Amino acid sequence: MNKILLIIQREYVTRVRKKSFIIMTLLVPGLFAGMFAVIAYVATDKDKTMHVVSVIDNSGSFKGKFHDEKFIKYAYPNQSLASAKTALKDEDDLLLNIPANIKDSVQLFARKKSTLALADNIQGQMNDIAMGASLVKAGIDTANLHKVKSNIVIKPTELTAAGEKNTSMGATYALSFSGAVLIYLSLFIYGAQVMRGVIEEKTSRIIEVIVSSVKPFQLMMGKIIGVGLVGLTQFVLWIGLTALISHFVGHNASGVNSALNNFVHNLGSDAGYELGCFLFYWITGFLFYSALFAAVGSAVDSETETQQFMFPITLPLLFTYILSVSYLFMVPDSPLAVWLSMIPLSAPVAMMVRIPFHVPAWQLAVSMGLMIVGFIFTTYVAARIYRVGILMYGKKTSYKELVKWFFYKE
Amino acid sequence: MLSIRNIVKQYAGHTALSDVSLEVKSGQIFGLLGPNGAGKTSLIRIITQITAPDSGEIYFNGEKLNQSHIDRMGYLPEERGLYKKMEIGEQMIYLARLKGLSRDEATKRLKVWFQKLGMETWWKMKIEELSKGMQQKAQFVATVLHEPDLIILDEPFSGFDPVNAEIIKDEILELNRKGATILFSTHRMESVEELCHSIALINKSKKILDGPIRDIKNSYKNEIYLVEYEGTRISLNGSAPFEVIEEMAGVDNSHTIRLKLKAGSNSNDVLQYLIPKARINMLHEVIPSMNEIFIEHVNKIA
Repeated sequence: MNKILLIIQREYVTRVRKKSFIIMTLLVPGLFAGMFAVIAYVATDKDKTMHVVSVIDNSGSFKGKFHDEKFIKYAYPNQSLASAKTALKDEDDLLLNIPANIKDSVQLFARKKSTLALADNIQGQMNDIAMGASLVKAGIDTANLHKVKSNIVIKPTELTAAGEKNTSMGATYALSFSGAVLIYLSLFIYGAQVMRGVIEEKTSRIIEVIVSSVKPFQLMMGKIIGVGLVGLTQFVLWIGLTALISHFVGHNASGVNSALNNFVHNLGSDAGYELGCFLFYWITGFLFYSALFAAVGSAVDSETETQQFMFPITLPLLFTYILSVSYLFMVPDSPLAVWLSMIPLSAPVAMMVRIPFHVPAWQLAVSMGLMIVGFIFTTYVAARIYRVGILMYGKKTSYKELVKWFFYKE
Repeated sequence: MLSIRNIVKQYAGHTALSDVSLEVKSGQIFGLLGPNGAGKTSLIRIITQITAPDSGEIYFNGEKLNQSHIDRMGYLPEERGLYKKMEIGEQMIYLARLKGLSRDEATKRLKVWFQKLGMETWWKMKIEELSKGMQQKAQFVATVLHEPDLIILDEPFSGFDPVNAEIIKDEILELNRKGATILFSTHRMESVEELCHSIALINKSKKILDGPIRDIKNSYKNEIYLVEYEGTRISLNGSAPFEVIEEMAGVDNSHTIRLKLKAGSNSNDVLQYLIPKARINMLHEVIPSMNEIFIEHVNKIA
């Protein structure tokens, strides 16, 4: 047991000390903060320059009917189109030419490309005005119409034991999404690290020295747990640093802070439950897959040879991932989603998609139970292949051979 | 020290060891000889508990081989290797700790070894920054740092230049003097004759010969002598106490004959017969070298 701890320690310390680990640890929160900043920037209305739109109304039905907005003012100069064009000097000003027949195209002139938001605003107003005019012409009282016009906004409210609770659909989706993506990515990143570690030991031939001191199973488990701890450390640092950065940046750009606060707020009282599930599926999923990755590493002589064995391992994961982010999150209670969240191969990703939408307790229990059985099973199978594979050099391994290794006696 | 009894190991398709038994006495330097693919490494891996035999038993100091004995062995595999990206000092302490040494003890001993072998400046270096020979030296130290009772060396001299091979040989002898039992495998016979007390010859998964090196050699001498004399060539007749196998003329009027004693006579009879006839420069018994025994045996089986 003591020896496993030593191996875990070495695997952990050598990886955490690597430059690539430090760079990744610092880079990702930076990217996150940057992403939040961009979202915040986009979310807040960024067009803060004043635009004056000169309207040349040849139809006569629009004059004086545009209403000014915060950054858009409408003017109605008595000029011909040509003279108005030459008069247009300021870069931020625009010229709107409405033809006599509204069916002809309306033109918007500007010194630089006008923004979509601006054009949208004008177009919307024109349509409203034109429609209003048509309604009046048809004898409909527009004032009455405005009164009865519905303006429906759905406010999602969840009924919980604690009472009604406001939820944000967006945040739930985001949570479901990010859980699946994070699990998927880290299974790959850290699983591959385990595999690379095994290959490194094999190619450098230190493996024989190590297994003359410890059992192959101890070495494999030590490596898997060590790398797993590296992954957890990285997550904790990422979350901590992201929170820290957004806290400091938050003073300058309130948008960043509020975006993050929003997210955290929307986790709501379930944060513990969701985080717990994430942790469980992260750990068991990692143990499940990294054991397989370790077995693959033991069966090859170099990373380029891993392809044939990697494929069947990564396929179910990739399949579940693509299905999850494109379809399952919309129908988290569909039979497909339920089944995928039960099978250990796909459960870590599929279940994370479902978690924010509240999974029946029995399903969660079955899924978790199968996960535990699953990783014990893969670890057992992998260990049997691993103990033989690590001592086999220089020949290409086939599946048939892996099966043979599995049945070898000690 | 080590009692290997009726070990059988089969891999799919071929037998690596069939019914091999050996006794390695405490304090010995024991040579495990055999051509490539004979089963030496398979046997070593069973002793180091990397693999287990299909049948047969091994006793270590009278106890059945178990996990607790692992820390009492040091193993230098034929395929050398260390973690390339790890600093040497740290790496060797790690390996020693895997063998049950404390960090402090490992550091202390490592400093002594580094000084002894002129490696002090290597401590912070990474393995990939060292030459092949330096790596080998480092690995040798890693093998013996925990002061094992049984040191198992698979082809210990391969990869060393003559100077370093000599240093390592001296270290092996010194470790042996301090009480370590040494088991090494090789197919280089000259090192066997220099170092080993006892040997076992393995060929095609079977042990074909074992015992103290002196006994083996004695059992292979068959009363053949080499004599060199000066003077005119002696013409021999049937009264000589030997039969000539081969006769060679040398420089400066010297002659060499290779002879086999007749039954009942000894080397003194040869001298008495020859002395009146010529001046004897040399007479010695031809003892087959391990190399000859090795080749003879391997060929005989084949």
